[in-house]
Amino acid sequence: MSSVIQIENLHYTYPGDDFESLKGVSLDIEKGSFVAVLGHNGSGKSTLAKHLNAILLPSEGTVKIDGIDTADEDRLLDVRRTVGMVFQNPDNQIVANVVEDDVAFAPENLGIEPAEIRQRVDNALKTVDMYEFKQHAPHLLSGGQKQRVAIAGVIAMQPEVIVLDEPTAMLDPKGRREVIDTVTKLCREKGITIVLITHHMAECINADRVVVMSNGVIVADGTPESVFSQVELMHGEGLAVPATTELMWQLNKEGFALDLNALSVCDCAREIAKEIG
Amino acid sequence: MLRDITLGQYFPGDTLAHRLDPRTKLILVIVYIVGLFNAVGWYSYGFVILITGACMAVSKIKPASAFKGLKPVIFIIVLTALLNIFYTDGTPIIEGWIITWEGIAKAVMMSVRIILLIVGTFLLTYTTSPIALTDGLESLLSPLKKLKVPVHDMSMMMSMALRFIPTLIEETDKIMSAQKARGADFETGSLMSRAKALLPILVPLFVSSFRRADELAVAMESRCYHGGEGRTRMKQLKMQGCDLAAMLLGAAFLAAIFIMKKYGF
Repeated sequence: MSSVIQIENLHYTYPGDDFESLKGVSLDIEKGSFVAVLGHNGSGKSTLAKHLNAILLPSEGTVKIDGIDTADEDRLLDVRRTVGMVFQNPDNQIVANVVEDDVAFAPENLGIEPAEIRQRVDNALKTVDMYEFKQHAPHLLSGGQKQRVAIAGVIAMQPEVIVLDEPTAMLDPKGRREVIDTVTKLCREKGITIVLITHHMAECINADRVVVMSNGVIVADGTPESVFSQVELMHGEGLAVPATTELMWQLNKEGFALDLNALSVCDCAREIAKEIG
Repeated sequence: MLRDITLGQYFPGDTLAHRLDPRTKLILVIVYIVGLFNAVGWYSYGFVILITGACMAVSKIKPASAFKGLKPVIFIIVLTALLNIFYTDGTPIIEGWIITWEGIAKAVMMSVRIILLIVGTFLLTYTTSPIALTDGLESLLSPLKKLKVPVHDMSMMMSMALRFIPTLIEETDKIMSAQKARGADFETGSLMSRAKALLPILVPLFVSSFRRADELAVAMESRCYHGGEGRTRMKQLKMQGCDLAAMLLGAAFLAAIFIMKKYGF
């Protein structure tokens, strides 16, 4: 597998700040993988996300998307059409009064033929299960639906990578599930690389890889099982581990010897049953 | 209370008037206004009224809803009528009075002209969605691009403003509820104190609008927005047979008005 995003020794300081928000991050993301980036507020995870489609440019180090350096101004559009971004507030990223017009916005900007735009818009809306809403006004939709429209707007651009910057932070549990299911489906069925920035552990269970950030550096990186089993480290970063891991960790403190790699409720129950005979 | 505000006044429908290209309708409104201001005699006025009625019938707009739009301008109509009644020279209706027959005639004509002007332009906004209207304007004004007038940017700003009206109304409602919950009073007191009470609503609304604008700009850039250059549209405006027919009717209307003007009808 080749890597679609290559970040090398990335440093970034916001203008006017006297501290670095990112202090040397190096990360390779494989094509078609689902990567979750976890971290507390101010850990630098959103700043990292903004580097992936050249909204921010590195103060030091390089970010390469499909081999293109994001600092190369002539190829800015190539970078942005390769990496789509979905933001936290669905209201502030929908640009049109009708759902289908909004989804058409990115392909229109790219100068694609009208007939093809039509096709892309319909396909994108079907992918996120919002096709029957294509004539609706976005402000009358629920939060989860709006966020799915925003995702469709990015899919219509046919990107290789979709970066989602805390897409569920403003949603209710139902909307949260809708968005995470859609994103997982995109990765597994369409082979789109997903970078999900979040602070909800439960959303990371489906991921292939979890990256934990703290104070502008990566402190843990690996499969969900291997990251979450480092319970002390996660607690030290002010992050909760999934309820199953937490339970088994507490039991282990009381003298059990459970395997912390069991993440799902089912695996966890089986593990405990095995232990108590 | 804010829910009652309807902007754009668009009534969705599927009549011939709704199907016409927005550019055709914009041009026809201009033709209509030119015709109206060149109507001189009673006959030509009658003709314009007839045409307006026909247009209303075609677009299935009820006269009641068309005249509802007149409410805000009643004052102007009455004032114009009064000024015309008192300031026109001619034969007085009773010897020694300032009111003249010519004045009354002129007052009626002016009032009818203003009413027709407003009803006619309302027909446009009643049958055309705001977005179609901005698209039509952009397309009609596109020759101005050669003179470096930022036509695309202006229409983008207009449609963005229209898009955010419901969002901002929702936000205002939220802020008002929050202030009310903390004891703010918007309903009682003198006009001055009520106006002052609005300040704690406007300040947070402005602050959040700026934040919204910033986020929106980043989101638009992320979706490859780089101005109007090289941009295509999914829904392209297309002139059809009915547009041509409507244009021809418009031309016939204008010709009829000028002929009547020549002969003083």
